[in-house]
Amino acid sequence: MPHALLIGAVLLAAFVFVAVAAPLVAPYDPIFQDATARLAAPSAAHPFGTDNYGRDILSRVVWGTRVDLQIAVLGVIFPFLIGTAAGTLSGYFGGLTDSLFMRVVDIILAFPFLVLMLAIIAILGPGLASFYIAMALVGWVSYARLIRAQILVLRQSDFAMAARSLGFGHARIMFRHLLPNAMVGSIVFSMSDAVLVLLNGAAISYLGLGVQPPTAEWGIMVAEGQAFVTSAWWIATFPGLAIVLLAFGFSLVADGLGEKLGVRQ
Amino acid sequence: MSAPLLRVEGLTVESRAGEAATRIVDGVSFALRRGEILGLVGESGSGKTMACRALMRLLPSSRLALAGGSVELAGEEIMGLPEAAFRSIRGRRIGMIFQNPASHLDPVMRIGEQIAESVRFHQGGRRRQANEKAVELLRQVGIPDPAQRAAAFPHEFSGGMRQRAMIALALASDPEILIADEPTTALDVTVQAQILRLLKEIRDSRGLSIIFITHDLGVVAQLCDSICVLYGGRVCEIGPKREVLAHPRHPYTAGLMACQPGTAGGSGRLRTIPGYPPASDALPSGCRFHPRCSHAVSPCAEVQPPLDPFAPDHLAACHNPVRQASLRTRETA
Repeated sequence: MPHALLIGAVLLAAFVFVAVAAPLVAPYDPIFQDATARLAAPSAAHPFGTDNYGRDILSRVVWGTRVDLQIAVLGVIFPFLIGTAAGTLSGYFGGLTDSLFMRVVDIILAFPFLVLMLAIIAILGPGLASFYIAMALVGWVSYARLIRAQILVLRQSDFAMAARSLGFGHARIMFRHLLPNAMVGSIVFSMSDAVLVLLNGAAISYLGLGVQPPTAEWGIMVAEGQAFVTSAWWIATFPGLAIVLLAFGFSLVADGLGEKLGVRQ
Repeated sequence: MSAPLLRVEGLTVESRAGEAATRIVDGVSFALRRGEILGLVGESGSGKTMACRALMRLLPSSRLALAGGSVELAGEEIMGLPEAAFRSIRGRRIGMIFQNPASHLDPVMRIGEQIAESVRFHQGGRRRQANEKAVELLRQVGIPDPAQRAAAFPHEFSGGMRQRAMIALALASDPEILIADEPTTALDVTVQAQILRLLKEIRDSRGLSIIFITHDLGVVAQLCDSICVLYGGRVCEIGPKREVLAHPRHPYTAGLMACQPGTAGGSGRLRTIPGYPPASDALPSGCRFHPRCSHAVSPCAEVQPPLDPFAPDHLAACHNPVRQASLRTRETA
């Protein structure tokens, strides 16, 4: 087993554990404001310090894991599923189906990513649900292109022809035989995509269109701590480190998976 | 003689490039009886593979199209069947195995699973039963320790084992006809002999009919009951193996036989047929073999020779067929 995969998996598992066990792990209520301990530096009572409202940073980082992990997972899964289906159909059938899907992809790619996201969220109203919908509508194009390129090659492959010679239908050949062979690239990509989605979620929240205060979310915390970065560095630093660490975990898993899945090909 | 299981008449495949259409398979006819092994022989590009792909409706490119002919399976015309109906024949009644088993098996699915999938697809049933049948099929094709090996991926098998696995995969639907497209070409000689023996055993135990595509007359002599020699997309000679190999009438068949190691008398250089097979976009007029033929006479360049009978079931398409005397002098020369 590749080390990268092991370390990454352990990291991700740790985050999942923290998210699930947040009430047990967090020493304080994440939105409780302690007026006597504003902008307190890291200490035994507050290992990560407190922010300008006197909220415990460690507790907020711990509770933020729930939200951010959810953003990373749901923000990837929907685009992944839509993109994979569209890319498979497009690459396998070609012709009109392909032209149709690829023109839609072109249209979406013609807009700057963030502008399109903001426009969709603005129409739907702020909140995480809107973020996921916008992510699904915009994010699937990369997956569709990746999968389509693979399916285009695999569809001409010998084993696709052999599957046809067994009498198998299109759906079975596409989804049971071609897709598992085509997915390695996009599974690896989805892991690094999770990092981008995470940062996107933070950016959207920073703009006030995603997670609403006072909910603990790393992106908002970084945004809020920005004003104090010279006087109280810990407010932005610890949630920032959490983002980096989670991103690191996803990247390691991406590399490890790429190596492991690549072997069979 | 009983009625043939498969009768192919005038099978024609056209390759279309813009306006022009060339016939890469031109009016190929043959018949296959139950339990018979037919060797389809020819050089690369002679149309032997394309003819069989056309039978299975698996032409590899949209530029290739079936342009005519009739195929009867057990007395029933199947050429005109709509695609949906044809799927109950492809794989189920006619199976196919290929030259390169490494690339024709799904690389990310376990061998046993692939076979079980085909079993369930064609015969239904529960997953457990299908898995048991897959192991049983692997045992029948001579895979040692089949219950364990069923969990292996194709890349964990050797070339010969993969070919056995592919045979098991094709047999999973219990077909009546097996099309074997050069199944031994990519294997070394000892493994080749094992696979040929296996195919013969399967024919004997299941009463399977086999169309064996090859360029190797030695293999045909070992395995087949009858021979159909193709050149430039046309049948040039067809008949029972003994008859054709003993008395080849077409100069191309005679030439192929003279090219076999061993027929040259054990010493000296191997014979060759001068020249190259024609390119599909520049097929010669008349008999397609005439530019390379030492027997060519005046009408050969203009008139396509018909298939004439020489003995019962033995047909050859030649204006100036090999006479037995001349063949004998060839052999002793």
